[in-house]
Amino acid sequence: MDRRGSTTREGFAVLGVAIRREPWIFTLSTLGSLLFGALTVADAWVLGWSTDHVVVPAFENGEIGNGKLLTVLGLFLGVAILRAVGIVARRLGAGVMQYRMQAHTRRAVTRQYLSLPMEWHQRHPTGQLLSNANSDVEAAWGPIAPLPMAVGTLAMMVIAIAQMFFADLVLAIVGLLVFPAVIAANLAYQRLASPLMTRAQQLRAEVSEIAHESFDGALVVKTLGREGEEMARFAARATELRDVNIRAGRVRAAFDPALAALPSLGVLVVLAVGVDRVLSGATDAGSVVTVAYLLTIVSFPIRSIGWLLGEFPRSVVGFRRVSAVLEATGEMQYGDRAVAPSDGGARLELEHLGYSYDADQEVLADVTFGVEPGRTVALVGATASGKSTLTTLMTRLVDPDRGRILLDGTDLRELARGELAGTVAIVPQTAFLFDDTVRGNVTLGADVSDEEVWAALRDAQADGFVAALPDGLDTRLGERGTSLSGGQRQRISLARALVRRPRLMILDDATSAVDPEVEARILQALRAKGTGATLVVVAYRKATIGLADEVVHLEDGRIADRGTHLELLARSPSYAHLVNAYEQTEPVEEGSLAGETQ
Amino acid sequence: MTSGTRMDTGEEMAAFETIRRGVHFSPELKDGIGWTLVLAVIASLGQVVVPIAVQQTLDHGLNGPDGPDVRFTVLMGILAAAAVVVTSLASYAMTSRLFTASERGLATLRVKAFRHVHDLPLLTQNTERRGALVARVTSDVDQVSQFLVFGGLIFVVSVGQMLVATVLMVVYSWQLAIVVWLCFAPLFLSLRFFQRRLSDAYGMVRRQVGLLLSAISEPVVGAAVVRSYAVEPRTQARIDTAIEAHKAASTRAQGFTAFSFSLGGISAGLANAGVLIVGIWLGFAGDITVGKVLAFAFLVTLFVGPVQMGTQILTDAQNAIAGWRRVIGILETPADLVDPGPAGQDLPRGPIDVRFEDVTFAYPTGPPVLRDVTLHIASGTRVAIVGETGSGKSTFAKLLTRLMDPSLGTVLLDGIDVRMIAQASLRRSVVLVPQEGFLFDDTLTANVRYGRLDATEADILASADELGLGDWVAGLPAGLATRVGQRGESLSAGERQLVALLRAHLADPDLLVLDEATSAVDPALEMRIGRALERLMSGRTSVTIAHRLSTAENADEVVVVDRGRIVQRGPHRDLVREDGSVYAGLHASWVAQSG
Repeated sequence: MDRRGSTTREGFAVLGVAIRREPWIFTLSTLGSLLFGALTVADAWVLGWSTDHVVVPAFENGEIGNGKLLTVLGLFLGVAILRAVGIVARRLGAGVMQYRMQAHTRRAVTRQYLSLPMEWHQRHPTGQLLSNANSDVEAAWGPIAPLPMAVGTLAMMVIAIAQMFFADLVLAIVGLLVFPAVIAANLAYQRLASPLMTRAQQLRAEVSEIAHESFDGALVVKTLGREGEEMARFAARATELRDVNIRAGRVRAAFDPALAALPSLGVLVVLAVGVDRVLSGATDAGSVVTVAYLLTIVSFPIRSIGWLLGEFPRSVVGFRRVSAVLEATGEMQYGDRAVAPSDGGARLELEHLGYSYDADQEVLADVTFGVEPGRTVALVGATASGKSTLTTLMTRLVDPDRGRILLDGTDLRELARGELAGTVAIVPQTAFLFDDTVRGNVTLGADVSDEEVWAALRDAQADGFVAALPDGLDTRLGERGTSLSGGQRQRISLARALVRRPRLMILDDATSAVDPEVEARILQALRAKGTGATLVVVAYRKATIGLADEVVHLEDGRIADRGTHLELLARSPSYAHLVNAYEQTEPVEEGSLAGETQ
Repeated sequence: MTSGTRMDTGEEMAAFETIRRGVHFSPELKDGIGWTLVLAVIASLGQVVVPIAVQQTLDHGLNGPDGPDVRFTVLMGILAAAAVVVTSLASYAMTSRLFTASERGLATLRVKAFRHVHDLPLLTQNTERRGALVARVTSDVDQVSQFLVFGGLIFVVSVGQMLVATVLMVVYSWQLAIVVWLCFAPLFLSLRFFQRRLSDAYGMVRRQVGLLLSAISEPVVGAAVVRSYAVEPRTQARIDTAIEAHKAASTRAQGFTAFSFSLGGISAGLANAGVLIVGIWLGFAGDITVGKVLAFAFLVTLFVGPVQMGTQILTDAQNAIAGWRRVIGILETPADLVDPGPAGQDLPRGPIDVRFEDVTFAYPTGPPVLRDVTLHIASGTRVAIVGETGSGKSTFAKLLTRLMDPSLGTVLLDGIDVRMIAQASLRRSVVLVPQEGFLFDDTLTANVRYGRLDATEADILASADELGLGDWVAGLPAGLATRVGQRGESLSAGERQLVALLRAHLADPDLLVLDEATSAVDPALEMRIGRALERLMSGRTSVTIAHRLSTAENADEVVVVDRGRIVQRGPHRDLVREDGSVYAGLHASWVAQSG
């Protein structure tokens, strides 16, 4: 594949996307640029006119009228002001176009982030996704800034070329040899710079990934005193980025002056040939002057075309990376069925569920059980027995590989978008809080009164510390709620589920960071509510398990047994071992089997 | 810094101060700057020489009094060509050098800032938006780099050209040179005003970039919650707001830029008219010829070009300087946990003796979390700290491991004030296992080895066996080579805690602090680990914070914290008998739940 050609072509294609999207602003800024170009020429004309009609006569006559001086002043200022208008239109236009395109693309990219399935997210590092929505978008639309100037220059060039041909054909052809030379220089530049730019953009994303991960793990880094190692890890990539940037810079350092030198050399060749032609009588001195002057005029702005082309490799790479996100497929499919409206709990049925993260690693196998409306089921199992995976299937964060899950008789996959969330609420093990107020974190934008928010916080035992926050419900929690403790985050997350009055609530060890007294009060509140909601709880503590009408005991992704807590205790040694672990160390104290009567 | 929790935004720093501080942090920027400037002068001279040579050739070579002068034309042509070649070479050398110096300097700055983020107080790390912190070491630095290598270069050349053009103007006519400078004076004087406006506008842009990154990170990091609560529209709305705010701030800044840049053109028009008008008056006085006035008009164009370029660069510089300020802002935020440096003492190996003397701790804006805590933990004992959520247990752990320093009082390890212990020695001997053990997106081996960098796979397997986790490791799809995913999310919360424990065990500390370190593990496994840890704790001091009181039952001593004070201490068997005490209450509810 011809890389150079394709980069330039792709670069123009990327610009085409922007122009089609924002034709009016593009037109406005280009007109501004043309106005600027025309007035640059007009400037020379005003100087000529003033020389011929004011300055020279003034020197010859030894006197001058004020009117003429004012005309000179007016002409120069008028041209200058109009030119300023042109500049503002061009620059502001280019800016607005660039920022609008950035905004369009960022909206599209983040919409993808929101619609692509969890599996896709798990495959893509956070830093990379942040980089796609930020620096790649910036890179993609980078060439818009020099675009209007380049288009204006192009127009000026066309006019200049026409004038050159009008003045003298041979000299024009000699002068125009500059353009293919410029194009050749550009192609050489693209070929050399493109791979470096690609690498640099990749490295930028990697640097961002490392920074993000490292700052996320700041506590661990600090507690183990690994700042030095983290710095070394970051420095390795940052240094590589530096070296690639320097290499790319050297290529640019060679290219820029070459591009500037070509028109100058062209002028010199035109003069040399011109002198010869004037001597041989083929042309007159005036034509040589005109051609040389026109070449000089376009020699500076021609660089703006160079700047435009110079942005292409970075732009193309950024656009490709953004496109990869935009073209990613695998959006979760929804059906069109609704959950029948009901005040009571929902019925949940799991039929022969199977799920694997990869081919040879089965996480869940043949899981079948049902939960009748309003009943409470506890999922009990050792660490890594598949409980959390099961909850992600129930909330359709992922779809099972085999089997199906029915909510009130309907396969989750047949439900319309939003239906499931309207019925089911999950409280995950690790609470995620938004950079928002307490109220925002609980309601998530739903139309809920403050009384209801407080009621939910009360049931989650979070009302006390929320009331003590400086601004109560209006206190901002900071990114991911890092200003709160783990237990406080869990309780806000619990209130978020409670306030929605779900018909099926799933608690995935959702009170693990809460101390026993508080947890006891939460459980009491849940039970006292008697909302009729169906409840699935992943739990270890007997008080929690004691709430359940039925216990499903998971072992290595399979249902080992199910029944009431007492039944399982009686017939399953592995179950008893798991849930009685705390008493086993202190068999004599406090009559440790008391809980089993619950 | 005012509150102690927020990071220095550096926004008050003036532009020159920013550059001075910037160069201080990136000394490479000064490397060989002398030669670079010499090359810049040569390059800018060349850019003036070429048009003058062409002008001369046209005037004297082609339109000479005796028809075209071939000799003169050829001579000037060769001269000009030589100038072009020299200029290009000088320009290449200068640009390369600028690229090298700035990229080197900025890489240093980037790494320093990254390192400093890790040295910031825990509280600052927690309150700052993660995305904004990342932006400071990524896009803010890129912004500076773009400016230094392109803007900086053109600025240097422009100033050079301006000076050369001024010298030439003065040679032709000092009076007219003054006229030109007077016409540009309003522009130069108004620059300061515009720079301030622009600086504010671009400061706003950089802040919006941070907020934008933060908003974008929500659907990425919180993907599961966003999906399960179907709050995609709301999340999108929040992102859209951030995108719009960023666009508005950028557009506003661009408006200022365009306006201030256009002023240069108006000054140029004024200067052209002024030269002609004053030139005519000077002509009347007999001070100047018409030829000189016209030649001068040509010189003005040589002056105007670089002035416009220069002002444009200054304008663009505001964006870069805003970015630079934010990076420097990190470095200027004091690190709270200052390493004592060479004066730092090393902890002797062996179980550590812990003393808290009248320790009080309060967050910058809040009431004290711990008050007047005085406590002695003898070396080799196993202590459990219990208390309700919010009683100050975790704060105790953080002070003990010097993640924070007390507001009042002293924490002593082996009789040494923790502030005087060399960080390397402290981190080697004291290890905290937090509740949420963060994992890096790497293999299990790499994550565990984080605790001891020279550990072999055999060491890791051996310590897994010691903790009773051998089966668990063997049961993972690829054993120790299993990749844990981002933030360890391929593992369950309980498994992540196991990795963190393994990591800490491998680190072989003399004081081990467990802060709810097994809260997400199943009871059977927790008890198994607990027993293993007990065995392994012999010969060390351990402090365990747990709300599962089974841990407290097995400890040598229990310390009960209530509302920031120690209210009870002693062995479990004694405390539980103190009727109506805080501990008896905690224990009763624990029994009610687990038994």
